[in-house]
Amino acid sequence: METSVVASLVSKSFGHGNHRVQALDGVSLRVGKGELFGIIGPDGSGKTTLFRILASLMLPDKGRAYIEDFDTVSQYRDIRKIIGYMPGRFSLYQDLSVEENLRFFATLFGSDIEKSYPDIRPIYRYLEPFRTRKAGKLSGGMKQKLALCCALIHAPKVLLLDEPTTGVDPVSRMEFWGMLDLLKAKGITVIASTPYMNEAMRCQRLCFLQNGKVVGCDTPENIRHAFPFKVFSVKSADKSRLLGDLRKFPACHACYPFGAYHHFYYKEGSLRMEELESYLASLQHEEIKIKESEPTIEDCFMNLMSQGGTDGN
Amino acid sequence: MKQFFAFVEKEFYHIFRDKATMLIILLMPVVQVLIFGFAITTDIQNTEIGILDLSGTPDSRALVQKIDAGPYFQVTARISSTDQLESLFKKGDIKIALVIPPDFSDDMAMGQGTQVQLVTDASNPNEASIVNGYLQSIIGAYSLERYPGDAPKSTSIETRMLYNPQLKSAYTFVPGVIGLVLMLICTLMTSVSIVRERELGTMEALLVAPSKPICIIFAKTVPYFAVSLFNLLVIILLSIFAFDVPIRGSFLMFFLASITYIFTSLCLGIFISTVSRTQQIAMIISLMGLMLPTVLLSGLMFPIESMPAVLQGLSYLLPARWFIEMGRIIMIKGLGFGYIWMQWTILMGMAVVFLGLSVRGFKVRLT
Repeated sequence: METSVVASLVSKSFGHGNHRVQALDGVSLRVGKGELFGIIGPDGSGKTTLFRILASLMLPDKGRAYIEDFDTVSQYRDIRKIIGYMPGRFSLYQDLSVEENLRFFATLFGSDIEKSYPDIRPIYRYLEPFRTRKAGKLSGGMKQKLALCCALIHAPKVLLLDEPTTGVDPVSRMEFWGMLDLLKAKGITVIASTPYMNEAMRCQRLCFLQNGKVVGCDTPENIRHAFPFKVFSVKSADKSRLLGDLRKFPACHACYPFGAYHHFYYKEGSLRMEELESYLASLQHEEIKIKESEPTIEDCFMNLMSQGGTDGN
Repeated sequence: MKQFFAFVEKEFYHIFRDKATMLIILLMPVVQVLIFGFAITTDIQNTEIGILDLSGTPDSRALVQKIDAGPYFQVTARISSTDQLESLFKKGDIKIALVIPPDFSDDMAMGQGTQVQLVTDASNPNEASIVNGYLQSIIGAYSLERYPGDAPKSTSIETRMLYNPQLKSAYTFVPGVIGLVLMLICTLMTSVSIVRERELGTMEALLVAPSKPICIIFAKTVPYFAVSLFNLLVIILLSIFAFDVPIRGSFLMFFLASITYIFTSLCLGIFISTVSRTQQIAMIISLMGLMLPTVLLSGLMFPIESMPAVLQGLSYLLPARWFIEMGRIIMIKGLGFGYIWMQWTILMGMAVVFLGLSVRGFKVRLT
């Protein structure tokens, strides 16, 4: 696959002296043309900084980044012509209507709504009923769709989306990712960050970011296959006590709450379900339910995070 | 160019759709002119005067009558002894008193100089000296009327107030208020509107567009330029019709001076926006750093010549100072460009410096 976006050993820190924060620490990425690439990581892991550096809005302290072979530092003017960027914070004009915003950004990029209409139509059709509504009065999902429209209006080659679905209802989130699939099909490179794991699954490749470092980068399937543990989903009447007790069990590698169940990681062959069940029964847990589970992407994420955390310290 | 107009259009939307902004634009000039025109007026009208007429002759009564008849004084107390005088002043019943000596009439009849005494409440020195001056000129007119052609026995001073013989304060404050209002509209609003984009994050979306900084900056100024012209017109109409302020010089010249001043203020506003990180900071710089000095130091309220040297030096830095000077020269004195070229050049110079600094300081990236 041809390369569209490259970051090599990008570092960036903020602040001075004791308050110095290393936002990015030697991040390297390679994203192919037309790839839907996901970046996940906890808050403060450096996602937004990475996006800003890729969008030429920030200078890296060290390292380089290229978009379609343009250097983000010296050729930022060329980059700004070919990228669509959606900042994490809603950054359109709240006091302008949907149409006015769209028209303004179209003109800004030397295009117009009519010319770009075919490109944005699949997304804009959701917005069309609210054409005259002020952007500030739109729902969260609508706002993000409008922002995506504005980022797409000049037919960019690369789309950078910083948490485009944060704070958006689940139905709109599904729609939004459906749109990204369409864009990918058109050959647009899409890099998006998200805190939602079920969305991350829709990316072709995923990159885990933690404390400004890449702790893992692969396709969702490979990431799941590479998960080194087996997983039990465990549930009982007293959930909070259960978590502590599970973590005290010798064969337990780690245990995290996942909705109604706790996910219990253990080395393959080190444990049988009955052993765990009798252990919990001996601790007077009631309504114990244990089942074997496939590792989810979130399990991988938690595991990578805990490894990254120990490496980092 | 299309980009530029899209920017301008967008900026107009911001202005017209924000109630607070519209309120400031529509009301502020009117309110300022009215406040300065009516409240801070230094004009004399119906000042309370006490008369201690020790002469009691037709001559003295004619003088008192003349004082009372005019619009400037109102005789509120006729008293018979000097003791009463003090209590009247203490109670604030009178601002000034005229004491006519017993031999007033006799002296006049003999054709020799006569003396009257003016006692003034000088707790407000400014007002006291103005009131004093008015009364003196009435008395002078009286004696001239009575004994025309008679050479005064002692040297007398004849004062002529040029351009504004009645010392109407409206004449001086109108250029000042124009200076103040335009400064607020141009500098404050422009700087805040640019910083607001940075605070709301919309600058982030603007920056990724391939637009030139100079385009963004100039587009910001155009709507405020238009708004300022509108305000200028309102103030001028109000001054002409509500305060009878004349525009003696060429209207076109005054317009040129105003446009130059507006341009300078806009550039200053842009400059402030490049150095302020938040809207509050921009507002504080504009209000505290500019409006206050403009009111106090630009010659709007107090004469620059009577300030200490340091403050005079500071006033050189205020665009409003130069505009107010130009305004007075054109509006009140009716003089032409030959008399304002220096002020005009200074303003243009300031504009160029501010603009240059702003374009250089405009960040094409986030910090």
